[in-house]
Amino acid sequence: MSVLESQSSTRVVPGSAAGEPPLIEVRHLSKRFVKALDLAEKIAARLGADVHEEVVHAVDDVSLAVSKGEVVGLVGESGCGKSTLGRMVAGILAPSSGEILYRGSDRATLDGAAARRAALAVQMIFQDPFASLNPRMRVADIVGEAARVHGLVDAAGFDAYLDEVLRQCGLDPSFKRRYPHQFSGGQRQRIGIARALAVKPEFIVCDESVAALDVSIQAQILNLFMDLRESLGLTYLFISHDLGVVEHLSDRVVIMYLGRVVESAPTEALFDEANHPYTQALLREVPRLESRHSSFEPIKGEIPSPLDPPPGCHFHPRCPHAMARCREEAPALREIAPGRMSACHLNDG
Amino acid sequence: MNAGKQPTLEVEDLRTHFFTKAGVVKAVDGVSFAVGQGEVLGLVGESGSGKSVTGFSILGLVDPPGRVVGGRILFKGEDLVPLGEDRMRALRGSRIAMIFQDPMMTLNPVLRVDTQMIEAILAHRKVSKAAAYDRARETLMRVGIASPDERLRSYPHQFSGGMRQRVAIAIALLNEPDLIIADEPTTALDVTIQAQILYEAQKLCRETGTALIWITHDLTVVAGLADRICVMYAGRDVEQGTVDQVLDHPLHPYTHGLIGSVPSRNRRGARLQQIPGMTPSLLNLAPGCAFRSRCPRATDRCEAEPTVTMRGDGRRVRCFNPVDADVSA
Repeated sequence: MSVLESQSSTRVVPGSAAGEPPLIEVRHLSKRFVKALDLAEKIAARLGADVHEEVVHAVDDVSLAVSKGEVVGLVGESGCGKSTLGRMVAGILAPSSGEILYRGSDRATLDGAAARRAALAVQMIFQDPFASLNPRMRVADIVGEAARVHGLVDAAGFDAYLDEVLRQCGLDPSFKRRYPHQFSGGQRQRIGIARALAVKPEFIVCDESVAALDVSIQAQILNLFMDLRESLGLTYLFISHDLGVVEHLSDRVVIMYLGRVVESAPTEALFDEANHPYTQALLREVPRLESRHSSFEPIKGEIPSPLDPPPGCHFHPRCPHAMARCREEAPALREIAPGRMSACHLNDG
Repeated sequence: MNAGKQPTLEVEDLRTHFFTKAGVVKAVDGVSFAVGQGEVLGLVGESGSGKSVTGFSILGLVDPPGRVVGGRILFKGEDLVPLGEDRMRALRGSRIAMIFQDPMMTLNPVLRVDTQMIEAILAHRKVSKAAAYDRARETLMRVGIASPDERLRSYPHQFSGGMRQRVAIAIALLNEPDLIIADEPTTALDVTIQAQILYEAQKLCRETGTALIWITHDLTVVAGLADRICVMYAGRDVEQGTVDQVLDHPLHPYTHGLIGSVPSRNRRGARLQQIPGMTPSLLNLAPGCAFRSRCPRATDRCEAEPTVTMRGDGRRVRCFNPVDADVSA
């Protein structure tokens, strides 16, 4: 790990008060999904056939720090690894390499009560309010089970605690005996939020948490996120493909493309003057209410398969500024201005 | 609307109801609009507003227990509602085409793309197979698919999501229809791919004069694409006008709330304006304005059914207490 430490200058600079470690920090985190060879392929390989294990670098050496109270938007298109990163941060998925630090200590090295506290501190809210709730459990159990199991609340105070959590999320506590199918999409998403909040987390990973909702309901949930941030001092990693939503909510935005972070900057700076060509393209193509009768000049090409990413800079086949160097050498994520990072060879010129 | 010329499609007071065991669901209950040649109409609404059922009704694709119970659908002057299935089949896929949200609804997973495209041409035209193949190839190129010969020999599962949607659009275009109904075709796609599809759609309408109805829940998409917008709520058209009219000076309180709830760059971090409550169930909907329980401008008058007011500037609004232009400040 000491080798990795020496490279820690490439970390995204947290905006926290000096001295205090960031609430959550990931260092050189990677996740590889490997499709192992089946028996026939193994035999073929033995006999000299050209078959290999298929490896997807879903997340490729990502470093990121989130300070307490900060909202970091994580943006990218399908297959960029944003959800995988979110799942690793939430502890649902084990990283292939790299470390995740909670308040400055590596989560993998913690044990006992400290490990439990670190695990409870990070909770996740999912995209699909229909698939993420157990249809055979009542709301009271969905929301309250974890708090009870972890002893966060005693049996006597349980009902009052549950009502309080539900009320906080804009749900009527008298509905707690109901099942998920008796609620609308927006209300179900509130149940998902209540479930996350019931264990008193500090850090919430929202994975496309408003993507499945109608616009007017989406506004209600976004407002709820902002209210909760204020009243509970929550920190969010807000994963979304919707730049409008991210711009509205986030303090800082991190853009990913095919497993790598390509740019990270304070929200205003990023939207005013994006540095990376991919970010620029993305911002240009976000449909907005203000852009009327626009003649779309879309970026060319498809998102390459993460199974077989292009060499060098992953973006070079679609990049209007691509040079010979981009095809061979992957650009490092470097600081281009205080608090701003970008991975593009153009910044060297 | 281009005055004087007959619009490609005119829908007048369309009503499509579903007669379920639990009661009558008035999915579409009074919708009127018109689309002219080369024009793009954005049909906007949230889940359950009846926007998709409107599209299905035009194509005659409403299955029992649903039925078009009232209104007229005039396609180049011909009313589609009383038409028999034979005549409808001749129009569908030929003069009127549909693009669905999920391209796999259009594509057959076990047939090669060339088989499907050639079949769609031969169903409506008496041409040779070779001519049909050329036509398919040409159409694929038109929607921005490189190496069409190779793609024609592929199966749908070998395509990416954006590519599949392009093929679905190409199939809709094969017979140069006069009207295309697109039902949320870019909702499942990534931003950069969505931009490509919107670009193609826009170009095609300009070049071929095809009328396009773009059904979506996303106001930001129609802002850039459409000429006119029709906003639907609970089965009714609540407001219509040009894009600039509707988005800059919404008249209906629902449109006003909808625009306010879109995160926009000028109000970062501020609370979004939210419409309280949720869309009502369409089953046994109470009479009167369906929006009144969520409406900040509702009065006792709204207990009665609001009628459509035609404004001088070609706008229509279905509200007793429309938001006046000066309120938007």
